[in-house]
Amino acid sequence: MTRVLGWLAALALAIGLVMAFAIAPREVTQGNVQRIMYLHVPTAWVAYLAFGVVLVASIAYLARRAAVADRVAHASAEVGVVFTGITIAAGSIWGKPTWGTWWTWDARLTSVAILFVMYLGYLLLRGMIDDHERAARYCAVLGIVAALDVPLVHFSVYWWRTLHQPPSVLKPGAATMPPAILTALLVNLVAFTLLYVYLVAKRVGLLQQETEALAS
Amino acid sequence: MLVERRSKETLNALLFFALALLFVFQFALGPDRERLAAVLPGLLWLGFILSGVLGLGRVFLVERENDCWEALLLAPGDKSAIYLGKLAGSFVLMLVVEAIVLALFVLFFNVDLGPALPGLTLVILLGTLGFAAVGTLFAAMTAQVRARELLFPVLLLPVLVPVLLGTVKATEALLLREPLADVAHWLKLLVAADVVYLAVGLLTFDFILEG
Repeated sequence: MTRVLGWLAALALAIGLVMAFAIAPREVTQGNVQRIMYLHVPTAWVAYLAFGVVLVASIAYLARRAAVADRVAHASAEVGVVFTGITIAAGSIWGKPTWGTWWTWDARLTSVAILFVMYLGYLLLRGMIDDHERAARYCAVLGIVAALDVPLVHFSVYWWRTLHQPPSVLKPGAATMPPAILTALLVNLVAFTLLYVYLVAKRVGLLQQETEALAS
Repeated sequence: MLVERRSKETLNALLFFALALLFVFQFALGPDRERLAAVLPGLLWLGFILSGVLGLGRVFLVERENDCWEALLLAPGDKSAIYLGKLAGSFVLMLVVEAIVLALFVLFFNVDLGPALPGLTLVILLGTLGFAAVGTLFAAMTAQVRARELLFPVLLLPVLVPVLLGTVKATEALLLREPLADVAHWLKLLVAADVVYLAVGLLTFDFILEG
């Protein structure tokens, strides 16, 4: 099952790569740099998806106490942090030629950065607790707090940046996206989602084996 | 549970810490009045947050040091009562510290609070409530964990970003003599944050105290 998923993800990623580099047209103003979007947007989407899954799995764990829910939360948080990191890195590389800077305290950048630190703390907490069951409970609580905090962070950061500065034009506009670019983006979205599911499934299996090995 | 069992130990230490912090701020920024005025709201809340982190981190240590943790777990009745009790305790403690820090700020940095005071009080109350609500929850969580002094702020600070931004921005506007209505959106955000943190704290505290 996991193996099939892995091959599917690999296949989708390959198609996504071809779409992104060969089929999607070169963007007029930004040139080839714009192709980073096919990595940047899907990873950001996966990161948010992953943290949403952490929330659901955390609630499920506290309600049902199923170990599998905890493993899903754990795996999803790990994958989410990695993808958030990739999003930030890719965004930086994209930002340098287009905005002229690696980093700016734009609302969206800031909230993603806070998200990154928050879930790094989540993983840190997990690592610091030796007792399995307690780690699961504490992390479930933290997973819920962190996820509910996301909208608050979003609004506060948004107001913080926009009330005292003219509306930022830093975000490359994607209002009118040509169909070829949009298709390539959607294919990559699907591909990265598959990759996410595969990684989480793999990691959940690994965590399960870890527990079993420790128990025996 | 509402009995404040904390000896004056924490309060005294926190006050001296806050005083030392004021000196550090002063040294770090130099005597330039203009610059000080510009960063004052941030400094003020930095002082509150830093002393709050130190104080809150200790909330559940009293139990640990005196081996009362089990007693706390065995206590009959709703666990959320413990949460509310601890929350009230740290809320009051923080308010006392903040009031004194604020007075010291006025004294040392020569700020004229004047008409901004009622609004500022509201902002401080809302901000401190949110801070204490998450802080108490996380303090209970990290009390039983390795490297807790380190982990507590690491977990707490990113989650508190909305509260910090809201309070700093509102304070800044109020010190510039803007009417309270102008910062209404920040106050709403603070209220929303308080409600969310309190609700989550009440609902999840049971799970933390289980073992």
